[in-house]
Amino acid sequence: MRRLGRWIVAVAVWLFARRGEGRDRRGDRERIVPAGPPAPRAELVVAALLLLAALSAAAFIAVYAIDRIPDQTQFLGLSLGLAFAFIAAALIVTGRNLVVTEELDGEYADPQPDEAEKLVQIVEESGSRLSRRRLLGGSAAVAGGALGLALLVPAVSLGPVFDLEPFTRTPWHRGRRLVGDDGRPIAAAAIHQLEFATAFPEHADPEQLGAPVVVIRLAPSALHLPPDRRGWAPEGILAFSKICTHAGCAIALYRAPLFQPVEKPPALVCPCHYSTFDPATGGTVVFGPAGRPLPQLPLEIDADGNLRAAGNFSGPVGPSWWGVRDRKAT
Amino acid sequence: MFEKTARSLDDHTHTAPFGIAALRYIFPDHWSFLLGEIALYAFIVLLGTGTYLALFFDPSTAPTVYHGSYAPLQGAHMSQAYRSALNISLQVKAGLLMRQTHHWAADVFIAAIALHLMRVVFTGAFRRPRQLTYYVGLSILMLALLEGYIGYSMVDDLLSGMGLAIGYGVALSIPVIGANFAALIWGGPFPGTPEFWSRMYIAHVFILPAILATLIGIHLFLVASLHHTQFRGGRATEKRLVGVPAFPGQAPRSLGLMFAVFAALFLLGGLVQINPIWLWGPYHVADGTNGAQPDWYLGWLIGALRLMPGFDITIAGRTVIPNPFWGGVLFPTIVFGSLALWPTVERILSGDRKPHNLLDRPRDAPWRTAFATALLTWVFVIFLAGSADRAYVILGWSYETQIEVYRVLVFVAPVVAFWLAHRICVELLANDRIAERRHQAEAEARAAEHG
Amino acid sequence: MIRLVLLALAGLLALAIVAPVSSVQGQAQDQPASLVGLGAQVFAENCSACHGVNGGGKQSPGPVNGVGDQAGFGPSLHGVGAQAADFYLRTGYMPLQNPYDQPRRSRVLFSPRQVRALIAYVASLGPGPPIPRPQPAQGSVSAGMQLFTDHCAGCHQVTAEGGYVPDSVAPPLAPDSPTQIAEAVRIGPNLMPRFSRSLLSDRELNSVIAYVQYTDSPDDRGGWSLGRLGPVPEGLVAWFVAGVVLVGITLTVGRRLA
Repeated sequence: MRRLGRWIVAVAVWLFARRGEGRDRRGDRERIVPAGPPAPRAELVVAALLLLAALSAAAFIAVYAIDRIPDQTQFLGLSLGLAFAFIAAALIVTGRNLVVTEELDGEYADPQPDEAEKLVQIVEESGSRLSRRRLLGGSAAVAGGALGLALLVPAVSLGPVFDLEPFTRTPWHRGRRLVGDDGRPIAAAAIHQLEFATAFPEHADPEQLGAPVVVIRLAPSALHLPPDRRGWAPEGILAFSKICTHAGCAIALYRAPLFQPVEKPPALVCPCHYSTFDPATGGTVVFGPAGRPLPQLPLEIDADGNLRAAGNFSGPVGPSWWGVRDRKAT
Repeated sequence: MFEKTARSLDDHTHTAPFGIAALRYIFPDHWSFLLGEIALYAFIVLLGTGTYLALFFDPSTAPTVYHGSYAPLQGAHMSQAYRSALNISLQVKAGLLMRQTHHWAADVFIAAIALHLMRVVFTGAFRRPRQLTYYVGLSILMLALLEGYIGYSMVDDLLSGMGLAIGYGVALSIPVIGANFAALIWGGPFPGTPEFWSRMYIAHVFILPAILATLIGIHLFLVASLHHTQFRGGRATEKRLVGVPAFPGQAPRSLGLMFAVFAALFLLGGLVQINPIWLWGPYHVADGTNGAQPDWYLGWLIGALRLMPGFDITIAGRTVIPNPFWGGVLFPTIVFGSLALWPTVERILSGDRKPHNLLDRPRDAPWRTAFATALLTWVFVIFLAGSADRAYVILGWSYETQIEVYRVLVFVAPVVAFWLAHRICVELLANDRIAERRHQAEAEARAAEHG
Repeated sequence: MIRLVLLALAGLLALAIVAPVSSVQGQAQDQPASLVGLGAQVFAENCSACHGVNGGGKQSPGPVNGVGDQAGFGPSLHGVGAQAADFYLRTGYMPLQNPYDQPRRSRVLFSPRQVRALIAYVASLGPGPPIPRPQPAQGSVSAGMQLFTDHCAGCHQVTAEGGYVPDSVAPPLAPDSPTQIAEAVRIGPNLMPRFSRSLLSDRELNSVIAYVQYTDSPDDRGGWSLGRLGPVPEGLVAWFVAGVVLVGITLTVGRRLA
């Protein structure tokens, strides 16, 4: 027992003993870094901080290993963060109290025009054997340009850069049934006023901009559709592209006034920048930054009472691009 | 022991003189010179945590059905990418810590760059001979924005998916080539081909980090070779650099700051939730949620997109400039363009072509400070406009009215800020001159007394 | 002495029960025989100014009469059933001070008996849906999350924190009971669309309610959730917590020389 005690004392003395001052190996050489007085308390503080850092790091390992600890992420972050924080504190104390802070003078380097001249001279003199600089320079430029272009060209494989037909293609055509996201057809009778549903084209990939539509029903007397869309809204049921023509978010808001005299009229609204579309007039923009009306899908009711598309959208779906109004949805 | 290492190192590299120069390299003194270092240390955390995440993330849009431990998503259709991100967050031990730390580090990285940029602009540190350093730094900022955007979009959650759709809408709005450009990046119309996710992944984990690391290296090299600028005062002059050597003075301080950044980021990563993707659910083209916002460093753009009145520019019926162009393309181009042209324009307007190693205090250059304040105010007002819907929900101010007010403020506030900043600078300078004259008079009086 | 104290306490208690109700008319001295009768009385004094005598509604602002000088203006209640009355009264949406205001959750001004009476009266105005009895325990949270994202998240936000719809607030759903959620879904109050059984079956509604209940205390691992509002509070923390702390450290570390 006493031997253990003596070992502990020996280790402690070895750890905590302070080195004598000015014990230099090389004797009288001139100092580069000035000497400074020791700061024993700061030394103890730094040692303590480093020890705390070690304990925190050990705590991190323990928390990681013990599954039963709840809120694992918090404790992991706390222990690792504290480990870093204690080391940071130790370093900052070291910087303030345990190293000599010298104020040194230095010089800002100047640009060296003579050296730059020499550089130019080397390059120029190296061309002493060239008599047709323009020819060589020109052909080098042409070769470099052509090769550079050639190396860039495979980038065109990244996508159909020159064929914009996919941008107007939608999975809708005359006769295609509207289905919910469970794949079941949507009956006209299922949509009442003040309700709204999201519908997809049957047997088509729902994850494309041209697929989702919102279906709502307004009183037929409330409709003011453009004259070329007569018959697009059987029983007042309307379908519009669910993709906002501003920047492409899904139009997930339907403003459905329960008591219209005191509330705003029905509108389809996009949650991203609040572009607001009026379904009664065929999707015109009434508020917000969208520049193009919401494309409308003509509907018909089939013999089973289910909703089918009666054609394609009134315009290309999704955000606008150069010349979009010249194109049709295909 | 250190002596042996040092001798061995010099034996094998012959770089002892370089080592001495590095150890005694002089750092001028000011707290604001450390802001760039915060960004650098955040970048290190990004590299470390990012590498860890890349060991688990699956950048694939292949559809899958979730059958994991998180009950509310049981049976949900999602991409492999989203599922692997869920796995990291909910299954992998320390996975959520790494993911959250990575995301906090990205936010702090860009915030630190912004603070550092403000310090550089307000003190004129971009002047000759440091324009190249400035352009490199500006490039780092722009690429960092892109890198962050791609990073959080790769996860394919509902919020970031909506953000990607908006990015697509903005790309499409570029006149003439917008759709072709979008077709190139996405491989076709949104949501694009599966290869688009491969592109995001390789851009985010390899291409952009490599470019960023190179640019940061060049940036640090330029700062070191030209030596850091310094404020006036004491013995500092245009020729004489006064400061603390790297070793032993500066090293513990910079290293301490580094560990402090690590500490802050890991503490946030563990203690403050960020981007809880399991609560948002997976992205689908037909889904949207209210209150979706981009990360803060893109929030200035959402304000711009929301403020624009609703029009596409058409010429004879042909769509020429779709609406998102103004807020999504022109606005950031003006901001970054102004920042990029700043050194040149200042040089031309002030006629000052001399090299400068001494910094201005903001008050020493009233016009520069005023312009910078105006630019900052302009961006900030538009940034605030993006929160108008929250302001309605919390404070009850009509959204439409707010938009109208912001549309006016966008023009008025920068002008007011300009005038105010200029005025304050001029007043402060006048104050300084009076104080100086007073000191001089007092010194003379004291000298006369003793004389 | 103790008996006196007890009596005083009982008296205070009685006052406490009676007092909140005294601001509302209908504290009649005479007790009507039936609940519907009491309801008619309370209705006449508090609701008919906007909803018309016998609940027929007013399609244009009527002359000033009734309580509080209101310009009476409100929909007909014929056929709305006990469902609507129960919802609007128990959430405090009604009575509404100004018909142009958005009804918001507020303190219920009627006593429980008066509420029951009003519901009975409104239900008697015509055949209408009864108070729903949802069973969220029979629903599935995962099905509910999908349904909620599809139908509700656009206005109420994906974790039901609430949001903005042009010109009104879609409220956060935490304060709502399962019955009130079911009622709101079937009614579509104010600007909210409605979802009838043809679009959302009772079973699906149970799942939606189960999910909404889940959002009251969701899996919030990873630390302080910042209200689950997304990147805006996150950005504020990045600047005002991390930013302030780290700049503070540069201030500590930076000034070195005397």
